[in-house]
Amino acid sequence: MSKTQPDLLPGTLDMLILKTLTRAPLHGYGIAQSIKRLSDEVLTVEEGSLYPALQRLLLQGWVKAEWKMTDTRRRARYYTLTATGRKQLGLELSQFEQMIEAIGRVLRDAEA
Amino acid sequence: MANLSRLVRRLALLFHRERFRGELDEEMAFHREQTERELIGDGMSADRARSEAMRRFGNPASLRERTHEAVGFRLETVLQDLRFALRLLRRSPGFTALAILILALGMGTCVAIFGFVDAALLRPLPYPDAGRLVDVNENATLWPRSPLSYPDYLDWKRINHSLSALDLYNGTGYLLTTPSGTEPVPGVRVTDGFFRTLGVRPLLGRDFLPGEDRAGSGRVVMLSYGTWVKRFGSRSDIVGRVVTLSGDAYTIVGVLPRDFQFAPQGQAEFWAPLNTLTHCEQRRSCHSLWGFGRLREGVTVQAALADLESIAKQLERQYPESNRDQGASVAPFSEIVLGNVRPVLVTLLCGAALLLVIACVNVASLLLVRSESRRREVAVRGALGARPARLVRQFLTEGLLLAALGSGAGCLVAVWMMSLLTKVVPEDMASGMPFLASVGMNSHTGLFAAGVALLAAALMTVTPVLRLSFRQIRAGLSEDGRTAAGRIWNRMGANLVVVELAVAVVLLVGAGLLAQSFYRLLHVPVGFDPSHLATVDLEAPASIQMQDAKLSTLDREIVRHISALPGVQSAGIASMPPVVCNCNTDWIRIAGKPFHGEHNEVNHRNVTAGYLATLRAPLLRGRMFTEADDGHSPNVVIINQALVRKYFGNENPIGQKIGDDDLSPNSMREVVGVVGDVREGALDADIWPTLYVPIQQSQDSDFTLVVRSSGDEAALLPTLVSALHRIDPGLGVYNEYTMSQRIELTPTALLHRFSTWLVVGFAAIALVLGMVGLYGVIAYSVSSRTREIGIRMAVGAQRSAIYRMVLSQAARLTGLGAGIGIVCSAASSLLIRDLLFGVKALDAPTLAGVAILLGAAAMAASFYPAHRAASLNPMNALREE
Repeated sequence: MSKTQPDLLPGTLDMLILKTLTRAPLHGYGIAQSIKRLSDEVLTVEEGSLYPALQRLLLQGWVKAEWKMTDTRRRARYYTLTATGRKQLGLELSQFEQMIEAIGRVLRDAEA
Repeated sequence: MANLSRLVRRLALLFHRERFRGELDEEMAFHREQTERELIGDGMSADRARSEAMRRFGNPASLRERTHEAVGFRLETVLQDLRFALRLLRRSPGFTALAILILALGMGTCVAIFGFVDAALLRPLPYPDAGRLVDVNENATLWPRSPLSYPDYLDWKRINHSLSALDLYNGTGYLLTTPSGTEPVPGVRVTDGFFRTLGVRPLLGRDFLPGEDRAGSGRVVMLSYGTWVKRFGSRSDIVGRVVTLSGDAYTIVGVLPRDFQFAPQGQAEFWAPLNTLTHCEQRRSCHSLWGFGRLREGVTVQAALADLESIAKQLERQYPESNRDQGASVAPFSEIVLGNVRPVLVTLLCGAALLLVIACVNVASLLLVRSESRRREVAVRGALGARPARLVRQFLTEGLLLAALGSGAGCLVAVWMMSLLTKVVPEDMASGMPFLASVGMNSHTGLFAAGVALLAAALMTVTPVLRLSFRQIRAGLSEDGRTAAGRIWNRMGANLVVVELAVAVVLLVGAGLLAQSFYRLLHVPVGFDPSHLATVDLEAPASIQMQDAKLSTLDREIVRHISALPGVQSAGIASMPPVVCNCNTDWIRIAGKPFHGEHNEVNHRNVTAGYLATLRAPLLRGRMFTEADDGHSPNVVIINQALVRKYFGNENPIGQKIGDDDLSPNSMREVVGVVGDVREGALDADIWPTLYVPIQQSQDSDFTLVVRSSGDEAALLPTLVSALHRIDPGLGVYNEYTMSQRIELTPTALLHRFSTWLVVGFAAIALVLGMVGLYGVIAYSVSSRTREIGIRMAVGAQRSAIYRMVLSQAARLTGLGAGIGIVCSAASSLLIRDLLFGVKALDAPTLAGVAILLGAAAMAASFYPAHRAASLNPMNALREE
């Protein structure tokens, strides 16, 4: 939680979680680890935001949750992406790309 | 669809809360374990890994709550807050009960009084389009509003063009023969359009027909609803039946609706058309009929007054003797119904509002003390992860809960008070206040109550929240939380208590002034000895009314029989008892004095020989009447001192002659005596010149018997009634009262009594609340200065010095409150000066008395904390904290 780590852009956490789940069902700790690893430890998902976000996604019906056994024989709640969740991810990705592109254009223009 | 499934999921969550929480806990525990395992993998020791994992994970309670908030219902957290608030209130029942009681009292009083104000001032008259009803009467030198004479009425009605209707009413009494004997009943004679002008339709039968008030039309009568029920058993075939009133047969043509009321003649049972005029009523100079009318569309009261004034001027030119100085008086009809009640109600509403202010301030300061003692709780909860918004919401919920409970109780108090106050009004008086029937919980009072409740809620939520400046939370935890916070509280709490004391002073001064007025009113010199006097109103049997010889015999018989009763010292009869009104007047002229046709208005009373002696009115000159002063002897008169002062100055009036305007020979009377000023009018009215005439020379059909008893006059009343029935069963006997009762039951005395008792009650409550507030401030200040006091004593301060220190703080606050209060009460006393009698609005003794009372009460309230401070053991005090 050092100050040097950048905060997530608002609204991107849901997208990151959904994206992480496209490959395989994961538990909360796994999701946090996966995001951390894939971002080369730049992005840290705080537990304080992760679990409320997961509940929100559950409520929207974008993910499903079920209790399963882990490799280490521990009970854990695994989250799976649903069909509507996949659609939502597509929507958010395209919006996000549009925005990044727009920001990029502005920045390039400013540099030139 | 999506919304629906979301709702279903939320509902599922709501019902499986426990499972949700369990699963979340398990999930988070799993997360922490995994982190811990990872850290151990990186080479950290097990213990350090565990605490590092905990640290990274953060506050589980807060996380749980935020997760829950993300998905749960808002309502659920509200319920949680509510449960917590209830638990807190239950834990301190003393505080809760006190706060609710104070709020309920303040709010209940305010709403109850508003109920009366609303009924009286906002909806005064129960008639359609009542705003256009106006009181239309004449205006004479001594009377701003004097009744009309019948010939004037006819001219006004014919000539005016500002009124769509003009009608008359005249209260009268009828003798009704009932199975249990003769009973006098109140009635009213009205012109034929009376009910149409008011906009009232009969419940049964018909209204009076146009023309039914002309001489020679038949005797018909309408019944009040109560009379129909009480005397005629609500028979549906009542219309067309005949009832005998004072010996005449009247045909019942209609029954008035149940909610019909006519305040100026509130208790009337029978309503008859004004179609038989007395001799007096046929004269233009006989003013005995009250008028009221309905303004034409778009005509103002002022325009109507101007119109009628010009007619009056025209009549004055036409009939200079009778109509000299007779102008017009027009006022909204509601003025007549409410005139003397309005200032009382406004005063009471102001008093109740002040009481509400005190109550709210008191509860607010209670809350302050509480929020003070909860600083640490808040700090701890904040440190454990409660976010400020959530804490504020908790306090809001508590404030709202308290306000809701207080307001609920307040509404109950209001309903109870309204019914109590309505019942306390005596029936005679209530019948003159038609609005009393509509006092109660209705949409108006409900809205007002809701407004007051909202205000109270706002105050009770804002106070503690303002107090908890959340930036100071950490300070509250680290510091001992006393010094800075204590200072702020002392200042705020002290300000609040000064407000309370100032308001209490305003109410106390008002109460003091009203109480003095009331006392002075009841002890105003009446000019006779009212103790041991029993009185009964009488009406001569219908068979002998207007027959002077028979009436004479009746008077003598009554006085002779009653005087012979055991326990009776003397008895007398008068056409009207004292302390009623300056009315039944004559226009007089004194022989040999300059006269220019002005109307010299004086009270006229017909009395028996022993009447003035029975009253113990002092004889100042000449002689009292004797049995010899009768219809066969020369006409004589006794006058009061006021008449002497006004018309004779220093001259000796004995032997002078007084007559009517024309000094017509048979009106001339010789003055034989002068008596002291017996108060004929109301307690707060001026003494008018009055003349007393032997009843044998000027007969009345209704009169009052006054009896001086040697023992208990109240016990004598039943004996009198049965003796009177024995003398003549046809005699109407009513209004048996002692003279003191009559004086206390006069409208003036009753109004003063009500306003005095209520305001004194308000002031007493205000004083108690103010003292509770002062005690709170002083006690808190002492407890927060325990250590300081200990140090002072350790370095040699005497106990007396500690007393002085604490008491002087109380004295400073009290002085400040009293000072502000006295300045404010100067303004408020001016507002109530209409209600004052015999005492000035700025009355130094009252102000001094209030200041002394407040000072004494304040010293009493702060003595206990001072005593506790002074008896501290310095060693214990220093060790504390």
